[in-house]
Amino acid sequence: MAVTTGSRVVETTRVLGPGQTPTVLDDTVNTPVLSGRTPAWWWAGFSISALLLGLYLLSVVHLITSGVGIFGNNQPVAWAMPIINFVWWIGIGHAGTLISAALLIFRQPWRTSINRFAEAMTIFAVVCAGLYPILHLGRPWVFYWLMPYPNTFGMFPQFRSPLTWDVFAITAYATVSVVFWYIGLIPDLATLRDSAKSRFQKLLYGSLALGWNGSARAWTRYMRAYLLLAALSFPLVLSVHSTIAMDFAVSQLPGWNNTIMPPYFVAGAVFAGFAMVLILAIPLRRAFHLRNVITVRHLDNAAKLLLGTGLIVVYGYGIEIFMAWYSGVEFEVYMAYNRVLGADHWWAFWLLILCNFVAIQPLWFRSVRQNPLALFVISVFVSIGMWLERFVIVVVSLTKDFLPSAWFNYTPTFWDWALYAGSFGLFGTLFFLFLRLLPAVATTEMKELAHHDAHHGSDYYERIRREYYGEEAEA
Amino acid sequence: MPQHFPPSTNAFVRWAILGGGAFVVALLVALPIFARTMNNAVGVPVAQPIDFAHNLHSAQLGIDCRYCHTTVEVAASANVPASETCMTCHSQVRVGSPQLEALWTSWENDQAVRWNRVHDMPDYVYFNHSAHITNGVGCSTCHGLVDQMDGIWKTEPMTMGWCMECHRAPERFLRPRSEVFNMAYRPPSDQLVLGSELVAAYHIDTDVLIQCSVCHR
Repeated sequence: MAVTTGSRVVETTRVLGPGQTPTVLDDTVNTPVLSGRTPAWWWAGFSISALLLGLYLLSVVHLITSGVGIFGNNQPVAWAMPIINFVWWIGIGHAGTLISAALLIFRQPWRTSINRFAEAMTIFAVVCAGLYPILHLGRPWVFYWLMPYPNTFGMFPQFRSPLTWDVFAITAYATVSVVFWYIGLIPDLATLRDSAKSRFQKLLYGSLALGWNGSARAWTRYMRAYLLLAALSFPLVLSVHSTIAMDFAVSQLPGWNNTIMPPYFVAGAVFAGFAMVLILAIPLRRAFHLRNVITVRHLDNAAKLLLGTGLIVVYGYGIEIFMAWYSGVEFEVYMAYNRVLGADHWWAFWLLILCNFVAIQPLWFRSVRQNPLALFVISVFVSIGMWLERFVIVVVSLTKDFLPSAWFNYTPTFWDWALYAGSFGLFGTLFFLFLRLLPAVATTEMKELAHHDAHHGSDYYERIRREYYGEEAEA
Repeated sequence: MPQHFPPSTNAFVRWAILGGGAFVVALLVALPIFARTMNNAVGVPVAQPIDFAHNLHSAQLGIDCRYCHTTVEVAASANVPASETCMTCHSQVRVGSPQLEALWTSWENDQAVRWNRVHDMPDYVYFNHSAHITNGVGCSTCHGLVDQMDGIWKTEPMTMGWCMECHRAPERFLRPRSEVFNMAYRPPSDQLVLGSELVAAYHIDTDVLIQCSVCHR
């Protein structure tokens, strides 16, 4: 899958590499999608993902036929791996909305080249996340009882419970993300339709493009719809994970009952989301020859967000321990002690500090922020750290609550891990199919950016940027 | 640029959107109606190994409900009688009748008659007959005029919404304890007044009555 034009691939700190014209962009992004040849790395990745998806389906069948007893959940640890993994996946999903909606409204042009695959990542992560609460219901086939519909119970769900808000938060998030992603895709789908070769491609992109004709009227309405949807989904960046935080914060359990939970969960979600964006973007820009499009500038910006949100999260850890002491409540103090120094799970807390606090410190240095390999390694650390954070919050708080006679330890079973590993298969399968069938970069927006860069580029800002990065002017 | 689809596709898509919307609306209307009417077997006779006629035994012969359903006042479940109960009469009456074949087989082999369940509550509902009987819920309030039936069938949907109709306002249905087994009982015109008095007299805590754990433990 070679790049067909002779454009140079250079590492640059500009939002767009040099020499990016609409034709070059089409060649870079769309040619691999329309090409009849599928590269070996795609088959390798897809096969591994499909195998893991098989494990996922096997776990789900075993779960449905045998019941939730196959998990390690017990009393008092009634929420365990399924909820940890649910929160972990939904957190990852947050970067997509932040990039697509929040950065659009804040007019950050660098979002353009990463928004498409970040939105895809969001949708697939929400799919993985949304299945967990349904699967651990016990009787997953009656999940629709969670919705208020004219049922025969004569009763609606308990609207005072954050668990009910969760249902709305996640369905709204999934719906808006899918609509936003699809609306953004339409002009690109039309581009693919117009250069489609096989009958399959003509039918697929032709029907998905919804008869897009590129007229001025279509564009006006399209841009307005896109902006309105962005405004609609912007609050979701804050609301979805706040709601999930309230699942915990509204309870009375020490370690859950904290008012800082919502903002600290939101920061954690963006933190985890950008880590996953980097984990996906860094191999992607090599495999697809996108280094002119997803430049070092993007990695640098994402790394800054990673550092900033990471520090908020670490502040949250500090406040939790401070509030435990400041509250003067015996159970809160013991919770903090057990979390940090307790015999059973001290390792989880310190690994968490290692991954989420120590590992991100190198990001203060520009050389690290602009080094793809270092960023990739740090992002993997952050992803593990965010999983451990949820483990510490969910499991460690539950194992030792109020009554020592009710304390009990938790051990995940094989099926806990199988369903978790399998969810990577679900995510990977969807993501690889996305990479093969749809353009991974929003080419229409990139063309607009390229045009803007070429014709209305601001020398003033370019000079400031060069000064910041200490670069020489390009010849 | 060649067109991949004929111009009529535009009209097709417009109609498909309309039709899809109409289909979703129709589904949203139809499903609740289905759940309320077709899905609860109200009025559908349940076949039994013996064509037991409640109207013959109860209305014509005047046997009390409790002669057979002995535990209804003291236990959660109103039992289906053992063959021994049937044999208190049928060892003398209609001996050898082919209509009672299942009873003779059961008696000789010392095995229960396999009656088919009519009111099948989900396992997560802890319904208690005695609690209802002692607090003035009549047999016929939930089971209808069984003494008039020549077979057996449900007369009420037994959905949770139906339970809630009474649990939210029990004064609409309660009768004096003395009238619980009276199949001919008709509520008085001042039912709400009487019902409220009974709620107070039987110490029925209506706030507790609508809580989940009353029925789901």
